[in-house]
Amino acid sequence: MTEEKKVVIKKLNSAKTIGKFMADYYYGLDHAAKTGEKKVAWCTSVGPAEILRAMDFDVYFPETHSAMIGATRMAADLIPKANAVGYSPDICSYLTADIGGYLEGVSPLAKAFEGIEGPPKPDVLVFNTNQCRDVQDWFSYYGREYNVPVVGVHSYKGVEEVEDAHIQSISEQMKEMIPTLEEVAGKKFDIDRLREVLALSRECSDLWKEVLDTGAAVPSPITFFDGTTLMGPAVVGRGTPETNEVYRILLAELKERVANGEGAVEDERYRIYWDGMPVWGRLSAHAKLFAGLKTNVLASTYCNSWIFSALDPAEPFESMARAYTELFIVRADEPKESYIKNMLDFFKVDGIIYHDAKTCPANTNCRYGMPQRLQEETGIPFLVINGDLNDLRLISDEQTKTNVEAFIEQLAESK
Amino acid sequence: MTGSSLFVGVDVGASRTKAAVLDAQKHLLGWAVEKSGIDFSATADRCLQTALQMAGADAAAVSKTFSTGYGRKNVSYSQDTRTEIGCHAKGCYHYFPFAITVIDIGGQDNKVIKLDDAGRRISFKMNRKCAAGTGAFLEEMSPRLDIPLEAMDDLARRSTDMVKLGSFCTVFSATEVLENIRNGRKVEDIVKGLFYSVIKRVMEMDAMTEKVVMTGGVVANNPYLVIMAEEILGRSILVPEHPHLTGAIGAALYAIEDIGETHR
Repeated sequence: MTEEKKVVIKKLNSAKTIGKFMADYYYGLDHAAKTGEKKVAWCTSVGPAEILRAMDFDVYFPETHSAMIGATRMAADLIPKANAVGYSPDICSYLTADIGGYLEGVSPLAKAFEGIEGPPKPDVLVFNTNQCRDVQDWFSYYGREYNVPVVGVHSYKGVEEVEDAHIQSISEQMKEMIPTLEEVAGKKFDIDRLREVLALSRECSDLWKEVLDTGAAVPSPITFFDGTTLMGPAVVGRGTPETNEVYRILLAELKERVANGEGAVEDERYRIYWDGMPVWGRLSAHAKLFAGLKTNVLASTYCNSWIFSALDPAEPFESMARAYTELFIVRADEPKESYIKNMLDFFKVDGIIYHDAKTCPANTNCRYGMPQRLQEETGIPFLVINGDLNDLRLISDEQTKTNVEAFIEQLAESK
Repeated sequence: MTGSSLFVGVDVGASRTKAAVLDAQKHLLGWAVEKSGIDFSATADRCLQTALQMAGADAAAVSKTFSTGYGRKNVSYSQDTRTEIGCHAKGCYHYFPFAITVIDIGGQDNKVIKLDDAGRRISFKMNRKCAAGTGAFLEEMSPRLDIPLEAMDDLARRSTDMVKLGSFCTVFSATEVLENIRNGRKVEDIVKGLFYSVIKRVMEMDAMTEKVVMTGGVVANNPYLVIMAEEILGRSILVPEHPHLTGAIGAALYAIEDIGETHR
């Protein structure tokens, strides 16, 4: 019998440090909300978190919470609760899972962190539609539920080149939020404090980029599946010195792996680029599937989306506007393709996997011929897998497995 | 045949299990097909016995076995596995050794696989989660029309006024079928409409470049599907002698190659 091989995933020691960072972060938020010692702002993952941090808010990110719902495989039970109150099963399953959790009064935070019952109550909600339009509806729902102000930035879509008009519009929108935020925070906005936060946030971005760039080593010391959890501090903590400290520790460990020629996957033979969202409820299963095939999914559009190299304390609003508009997800197909081509080259990639996430069209890039165009230009083959970020009812594990195995067989034939 | 070196491929599909016995010169000596049922391992065992019997050989003559299909990990006597995509490609290239596009219509999934003139896979596509256009679609429709699966091919050939079904969803198609029954449409015209739906669905999966080869149990049992596909495509389609065995033959061919590599 051809037994399923037992695959051991190599863990990074610094993952524990990052785990503690995340625990401290959630306990801090919980304390702030329960005691009222600090105001709590909810923010989209690529929203203007720096402004909130500079105004001394504790910042909570519902997307990260919903990813936890996905990773703990609670989503399929919670999504229908949101469907029942009018949020379609076809829209963002981050939104539906999170609202479902709210309606049911359950949260993965309660399971992970003793003493925390759920997300911290917000004093204000701040969105940026550079992720998608769904975040606006998501935050508006909570604005009504908690009766707190909702402010946001309406970003552009399909941006070819980031132009001055974009920068001006986005910076103005950010500035327009300030009076509401001042009112909620009970303090005046301080531009110099924002500059300090931006300097830290830029440093975080640079460190995170260095972390991900170690994946270019052969063998790669890191996998995409590692990256999806290691990126936690870059999402929830950027703009703080503590975040940069944990990334320095992680980077040192990865550099040591590179120096020792130690790969994250034993006997790495194939190097894959992942485009699209992770399947949160299958992170470990996918990590094992690829490792068992001596394949490292080592780079991704997703993890690289928290690199904001344009941030510049000298031009706080303008540079934030640029950083949050230069993002892959905001751009037209041509700059997206150019971006991926550079990634394929830099990370020495053998094949691309596109995740066609049913409920996340904004993070799905294989529906308008991009895989075919990129294959024609680069000669690098691709595979599309159908699935979803959170809704496991939209996933066929057996089909995914067969597709992935067949793709690696195909790569083996061409080597 | 006892004592000679034989190679076995077993394709444990969602619907049927197929076994093929080949000699080192890649000649097909024996085969078997059975419903996969719920005990894949036992079915695979029985298929091996039947196929060996046809080959006039016993298990001791088997040098190596590779398995494929959904239940590829459930074959107790298999030494290694390959995906059904790889095995159908390998099996088809064995019969048609030039650049080809393979269409495999299986019990639960369809595949379109493109091979270059050296037999290397250039690309492949499987149907998405939905099983419309697969054998499961016909299996679902046969009781609704109150006709056995094996009668479908003859019925479709008799159609003079094919019913066109609009939806590719199995559930919605079933509603359309009921509507056509209610409207008094002939069962043969409905069946041809179902066949047309299957063919259209699979041929929309990818561009039909190069010479096209069709395989799989659905084609083996319903050869009229090939004629219909040729009409849509506007050119002839190649079909191997045993289209339902292509995956099993491909697995056996991998086993032969593996021996070659081991001895190199």
